[in-house]
Amino acid sequence: MAVVGKAVKRKEDPRLITGEARYLEDINIPGMTHIAILRSPHAHANIVSINTEAAAAVPGVVGVYTGQDFMDVNPLPCPWPAGGVENNLNTPRALEVEKVTHVGAGVAVVVAEDRATAQDAVELIDVEWEVLPAVTDAEEATFEGAPQLHENAPNNVCMEWDCGDQEGADAALASSDVVVKQRLRNQRLIPTPMETRGCIAQHEPVNGEYTIWMTSQAPHVHRLLFTAFIFGVPENKVRVISPQIGGGFGAKIFMYPEYVLTTALSKKVGRPVKWVETRSENYIATTHGRDHVTDVEVGANRDGTITALKVKTFANLGGILSTVAPGIPTTLYGRMLSGAYQFPNIYCHVTGVYTNTGMVDAYRGAGRPEATYVVERAVDLVASELSMDPVEVRRKNFVPSDAFPFEPNNNLLNGLSYDSGDYDKALDMALEMTGYEDFRAEQAAARAEGRYLGIGFSTYIEICGIAPSAWMFGEGWGAALWESANVRMHITGDVVVTTGSQSHGQGHETSVAQLVADELGVSMDQVHVQHSDTLGTPFGYGTYGSRSTAVGGVAVWRSLQRIKEKARAIAAHEFEADIEDVEYVVNEEGVGSVQVKGAPDKSKVVGEFMGIATSAAGGWSLPGDMEPFLDETSYYDPPDCTYPFGTHICIVEVDAETGNVDIKRYIAVDDVGKVINPMIVDGQVHGGIAQGVAQALWEGAQYDENGQLVSGSLMDYAIPRADLLPSFELGRTETPTPNNPLGVKGAGETGTIAATPAVVNAVVDALSHLDVRHIDMPLTPSRVWETIKSHSNGGNS
Amino acid sequence: MKISVNVNGCTRESDVEARTLLVNYLRDELGLTGTKIGCDTSQCGACTVHMDGKALKSCTSLAVQADGCDVTTIEGLAHNGDLHPMQQSFWDNHGLQCGFCTPGMIMATTALLADNPNPDEDEIRHGLEGNLCRCTGYHNIVKAVAAVAQAGGD
Repeated sequence: MAVVGKAVKRKEDPRLITGEARYLEDINIPGMTHIAILRSPHAHANIVSINTEAAAAVPGVVGVYTGQDFMDVNPLPCPWPAGGVENNLNTPRALEVEKVTHVGAGVAVVVAEDRATAQDAVELIDVEWEVLPAVTDAEEATFEGAPQLHENAPNNVCMEWDCGDQEGADAALASSDVVVKQRLRNQRLIPTPMETRGCIAQHEPVNGEYTIWMTSQAPHVHRLLFTAFIFGVPENKVRVISPQIGGGFGAKIFMYPEYVLTTALSKKVGRPVKWVETRSENYIATTHGRDHVTDVEVGANRDGTITALKVKTFANLGGILSTVAPGIPTTLYGRMLSGAYQFPNIYCHVTGVYTNTGMVDAYRGAGRPEATYVVERAVDLVASELSMDPVEVRRKNFVPSDAFPFEPNNNLLNGLSYDSGDYDKALDMALEMTGYEDFRAEQAAARAEGRYLGIGFSTYIEICGIAPSAWMFGEGWGAALWESANVRMHITGDVVVTTGSQSHGQGHETSVAQLVADELGVSMDQVHVQHSDTLGTPFGYGTYGSRSTAVGGVAVWRSLQRIKEKARAIAAHEFEADIEDVEYVVNEEGVGSVQVKGAPDKSKVVGEFMGIATSAAGGWSLPGDMEPFLDETSYYDPPDCTYPFGTHICIVEVDAETGNVDIKRYIAVDDVGKVINPMIVDGQVHGGIAQGVAQALWEGAQYDENGQLVSGSLMDYAIPRADLLPSFELGRTETPTPNNPLGVKGAGETGTIAATPAVVNAVVDALSHLDVRHIDMPLTPSRVWETIKSHSNGGNS
Repeated sequence: MKISVNVNGCTRESDVEARTLLVNYLRDELGLTGTKIGCDTSQCGACTVHMDGKALKSCTSLAVQADGCDVTTIEGLAHNGDLHPMQQSFWDNHGLQCGFCTPGMIMATTALLADNPNPDEDEIRHGLEGNLCRCTGYHNIVKAVAAVAQAGGD
């Protein structure tokens, strides 16, 4: 019985619902010490001196160290120096030495017998600071006279990057019937996985080996960065283990100073060292996301055909560069700006800027939500300008279903093409689920009663399965992005898959097992998916960019094909048949076998051929030159990315008196290609929608003029609670990608990418009768209320 | 300070510092690491346990306050290998992804149903106000709780 496509319950859940799972903070090593880090209270300051005497004298303190003690450790690498950032690369050190450029930068550390002692002692470290003026806004940081953060980055510009055709876009704008201009702020977000970060490092002096447990979405990449870039030791000296991980959303991809510090300290003090981030530290020391200021110009003809899109963006990268920071607002943003549409002229220019704020890097969606927000708002602005139905404008500009593979104009995707799609189909389904035809009458009736109902659309696409190594190299990425997998059929009958991908909530242990069960004809209980330990898993670049199934899953599939091929050869030898006459079949009960075509009696079921392969010495016979065992490793580097799409529709009611936005309904139709486990895919969409809605309505990192993070805890930063959200109504179309043999596209980020503009478009629609054309996020009650008040004269209420 | 706490059916005698939080006592002293710490400010609810049958954020209580009380943690919810109906329902309804908020969610929602055995969706959502989840959008958590209520609770 096939399990792919079925809502199979997750194999990983029993340990999670009973409290048995071991997350990083739950791990303790004998002899372990604990650290507390002294972090800069200033956004921009020179370190004049640090006095550690009083801290060192506290009973229970093992040692106190400053940045000077780690000058033999390299600064953190930035392996994606997109946009010519090589000449002004500024990355963190284990502890900063001379200067800090954001609140939260580490400058000293206490190692102690227990955590409380370390925290008590760190308070006794005395730092003399020379406080400098700060700047937090990316555009303002480029103005003359702004505080300068780094000597090698005049005007705080880290990089300039562009794509598309500037002349073509300018010419098209000049000849368009209408041109709409709008400034859009895509505010800074704080990822907030429920588990903060942490690291435990153990050094063995006798062989120089480090074992590092850490909260990692990409353990092999972390090992690569530790070995090749930071410590200069070979791979066999570092083992990275990512234990059970409590969510990541991008923030756990990166190398951070605390991981380097903890690891270096384990050698220095000769004992295991544990660091667990507090939530307050998480907000100032872990990466943030988004933070763009964008001026968009969109041109259109009277019939709704969009003629040009010109985008100028200031991207805030923070005070110092995180691991792949420059790649997010460039490749993953600018190249997405054609959306689901065949815009004839597109140009995008991005200025990446240093400011006195926390590091900014990939947060769920990473560049693609920012692009989708620009595109989907721009389409609505055109509809509003032309007094057209936003659905009609979308349909008019869609890439038609017979145009795939579709290469966006102006070489926007730098040689790649959208793989497959039927954008009208997803839109039609969503409209039908919504009952759109009735909605406008309902909206008019409500307005007559003084109630503001609105509907918003987001007909998004995204880039998933981020991979093609050669293409990424052309985008400035300094490594590859293939994935690998090993499949081994053991003597006792179970199948073990090891993968370089990492699962931190996505359910890989289940969905990969479904794939294996169907391909080989074994039960789900017999398949075990192991990941997250560099010792025992093949190299992989990790889990992000909705790539684990579309890239890593295909590596698994390839290994399965090799195993089936070998099983056929074993059967051909056993039955003295030609291998071409032997087929691998899985019967209706889900039992796999190799059998001679047309001769059902000449068959070996899965257990039998495994027995032959694994126990050949015991009297079974293998072909002469065949090695025993069924154990195959594959590497997969796809030819192109994958391009999920869909339509999200949000219906809101805005309270005219308070400005509060109530989500009445949320309808999402997503096409993520072929679906392995619909329950898991739906779950990914739910969570993504919640994060996307949260950006539209509630979340936003707030800095004051001195660079202090005002929204520095869960008391102040508004991640959504259950009572703020509705239940979501999901639909699905399924258009397989031709770019991989599984037809899968990727589902981890669609919700976050699609939801934000759907909600904002809905609120603007609700207030359209007041001539409201745009409100910047987050659409808090006060901001919406102020907008209503300032537009009331133009409205009818 | 000496305390005696009945934890998951066993009486535990300990000598704790007065400043020790209940969550640290459970995790560090007793090794019951199923109870999680997700924030510094009593917002997230990952540390929710039952004290004398009521849901309680163990990061906001001192260990000494549990002296003489019955405390149940996520480890004590299943009986003889049989999952509690709420644990089973979270599994059946995909009410968890990364699992970090899950122990607190399960402890909070079992207490919620003890107070109100037949909540509607609105009441479930309001009942979850003290527990944050970043993965599920709460959709399947609400579904899991409703399913237990519909089946007659525990």
